Amino acid sequence: MAAEGTANKHGPDIAAAVKDALLSGLVALALFGPLVGLRTEQNIRNELAIQQRWGLVAAIVGTIVVGRFLLLTLVWPAMAARKQHQSTIPDTGPSTLRQAVSRWFAPASVVFLFLYPVLIVSALGFQGSLKWVDNFGIQILIYVMLGWGLNIVVGLAGLLDLGYVAFYAVGAYSYALLSSHFGLSFWILLPMAGIFAALWGIMLGFPVLRLRGDYLAIVTLAFGEIIRLVLINWRDFTNGSTGISSIPKVTLFGIKFDASPDGFAKMFDLPISSAYYKIFLYYLILLLALLTAFVTIRLRKLPVGRAWEALREDEIACRSLGINTTNTKLTAFALGAMFAGFAGSFFAARQGFVSPESFTFMESAIIVAIVVLGGMGSMVGVALAAVAMIGGTELLRELDFLKTIFGDNFDPSQFRMLIFGLAMVAVMIWKPRGFVSSRDPTIFLSEKKVISGSLVKEGHG
Amino acid sequence: MEVFLQQLINGITLGSIYGLIAIGYTMVFGIIGMVNFSHGDVFMTSAFIALIFLLVLTTVFGMTSMILALIIVMVIAMVLTSLLSWAIERIAYRPLRGSFRLAPLISAIGMSIVLSNFVQVAQGPRNKPIPPMFSGGVTVMDSNNFAVTLSYKQIMIWVVTAVLLAAFWYIVQKTSLGRAQRACEQDRKMAALLGVNVDRTISLTFVMGAALAAVAGTLYLSYYGVVNFSDGFVPGVKAFTAAVLGGIGSLPGAVIGGLLIGLIETFWSGYFSIDYKDVAAFSILAIVLIFMPQGLLGRPEVEKV
Repeated sequence: MAAEGTANKHGPDIAAAVKDALLSGLVALALFGPLVGLRTEQNIRNELAIQQRWGLVAAIVGTIVVGRFLLLTLVWPAMAARKQHQSTIPDTGPSTLRQAVSRWFAPASVVFLFLYPVLIVSALGFQGSLKWVDNFGIQILIYVMLGWGLNIVVGLAGLLDLGYVAFYAVGAYSYALLSSHFGLSFWILLPMAGIFAALWGIMLGFPVLRLRGDYLAIVTLAFGEIIRLVLINWRDFTNGSTGISSIPKVTLFGIKFDASPDGFAKMFDLPISSAYYKIFLYYLILLLALLTAFVTIRLRKLPVGRAWEALREDEIACRSLGINTTNTKLTAFALGAMFAGFAGSFFAARQGFVSPESFTFMESAIIVAIVVLGGMGSMVGVALAAVAMIGGTELLRELDFLKTIFGDNFDPSQFRMLIFGLAMVAVMIWKPRGFVSSRDPTIFLSEKKVISGSLVKEGHG
Repeated sequence: MEVFLQQLINGITLGSIYGLIAIGYTMVFGIIGMVNFSHGDVFMTSAFIALIFLLVLTTVFGMTSMILALIIVMVIAMVLTSLLSWAIERIAYRPLRGSFRLAPLISAIGMSIVLSNFVQVAQGPRNKPIPPMFSGGVTVMDSNNFAVTLSYKQIMIWVVTAVLLAAFWYIVQKTSLGRAQRACEQDRKMAALLGVNVDRTISLTFVMGAALAAVAGTLYLSYYGVVNFSDGFVPGVKAFTAAVLGGIGSLPGAVIGGLLIGLIETFWSGYFSIDYKDVAAFSILAIVLIFMPQGLLGRPEVEKV
């Protein structure tokens, strides 16, 4: 209370901020106190015992009080002032530099992605490149592809699909089962996995078409969970939660990537290394992802793509204008599912092992988070979000110096989902159109106009 | 017959817990038309709060009377969980009124991820078992070497649920708060014009839902004797199923739906296969939403421009 008294001299604004900050601190203390301060741990006799950590609680509460105070006194007034300032000067459109960046960013990054393995190998050699090509390159590109696939459903058609990972699972299990039982090659099974997943997309999509936004989200979540539970419990078919292992690898025109006499390394007289296969996989997933992007970009200009975006903005208006919403939704579902199927069969071939563990709801949530953070509908945004989130996760694993600060038990990667969740909430509050918002309508009538629709409420079209 | 009776008892017990959680979903949906996705994780967090204070009471203060400890723990859990839900509404949902259609749902999914992972980081990923609080029960029927028992825990859950539902029913039907709530449900703008504090009413709706979820969390902890950070998801979806089955927006519907889901789940695991019990619950959710979206007691929804 003494703090409030002194703060009063600087004006009523600060006093209110102090009061607010202290109140938030109290709430934080009540919430974090027990959950963080009193950790329950099992002791040697398998009984739970309380471990007290009040220093940590004090640090968290202190951060919240100070953060809230700064937010109220500095950040929000500054933001409000900026907004006022911006609204006084007329909107002259983006500067030439920004236009150049948005014009050349996508082609430049595609060129960079094609050169990436070459750069890595020339810098670190074949053995050193493994981690960078595999963990960073392939891993991120899988999520870029999944993000782009889900972007068709969520970003373009505006149908929130929380069970997207089910189609990824269908693709992965299609490849795993058909290749290990019938010995079919990856190149036959890749399109088949896509077709299977698309059929599942239609099958699951058909009954849920009449549902409105959030109901649809929950039903897709239920379908996703049902598929995962069936994969766990139908042991004769899927081998249950043990999963399927030793799935055949991908071959390049029949050339195997192994140490055999007719393998890749022997054929080209190269030293034997597992890096070739990784680099080959890298280019494979890069091409698959670019295929997804290409198809999406082209479809956006076709009637069906226009219909998706119209559907996202206003379903009733769509129906009034004679758009067949059933077909429009089903094509979005089927196409999104197909790309997940491709990605799934690639995933199975890359891992050589699939189990239901890889297809939990959290995985769906990660993909949804990527699409949401990237700005629903924006291809570049989704790709950047995937790089930031998946690459960020991989980087967290590398950060050993944090251990020296927070102690040896500190494992930064356990905070990854926490950060994902916080980022989702923060983006919805501050930038509901995502970090890279490109939600311009794709066609204009002679000039840019203010457009209607609840999705674009915060700005002009 | 004996097996049937035993399953019935177990089913009603489970159904009471689902019903208590389902009320939180149905009230929030009724008032702001949003699926509060994080409600399941609020329930899980409340079970952890109960666990922590139970340990503090029994090990630090050496309390021996289990009933007294349980009552204190339940009250603390209700207060803190209400505070948590209030804070979540303030931070993650209130700024989004008037944003686009899916924004609150996405924010709620984010919050659900935050809660479960926060508890995982703060309390550790392991199962947290507690010693059995009280054992024993009443033998209802004993024949063919199969004794149907109604344990004291189950009686406690039935009684607590019934008492709280009655109290809750009184608040919604007879107090000015309940009247304000029902007014906001029908027409938020009109209620605001007539002097109802809409923001406060919505906050209190979240608080009431969370308080009932906290009761469910405490009962869940005492019934199963174990809790884990991931325990919010599946009961959350099942309680949502219950709310949908009963007709979302309808309070008696949520309780009836909860009981039905509990019964279906126990009978399914008793007579068919325990492996597919979650599949059964999830399928009911999908089937009800597709073929009977207004539920048992709900009003059909008219889509307006």
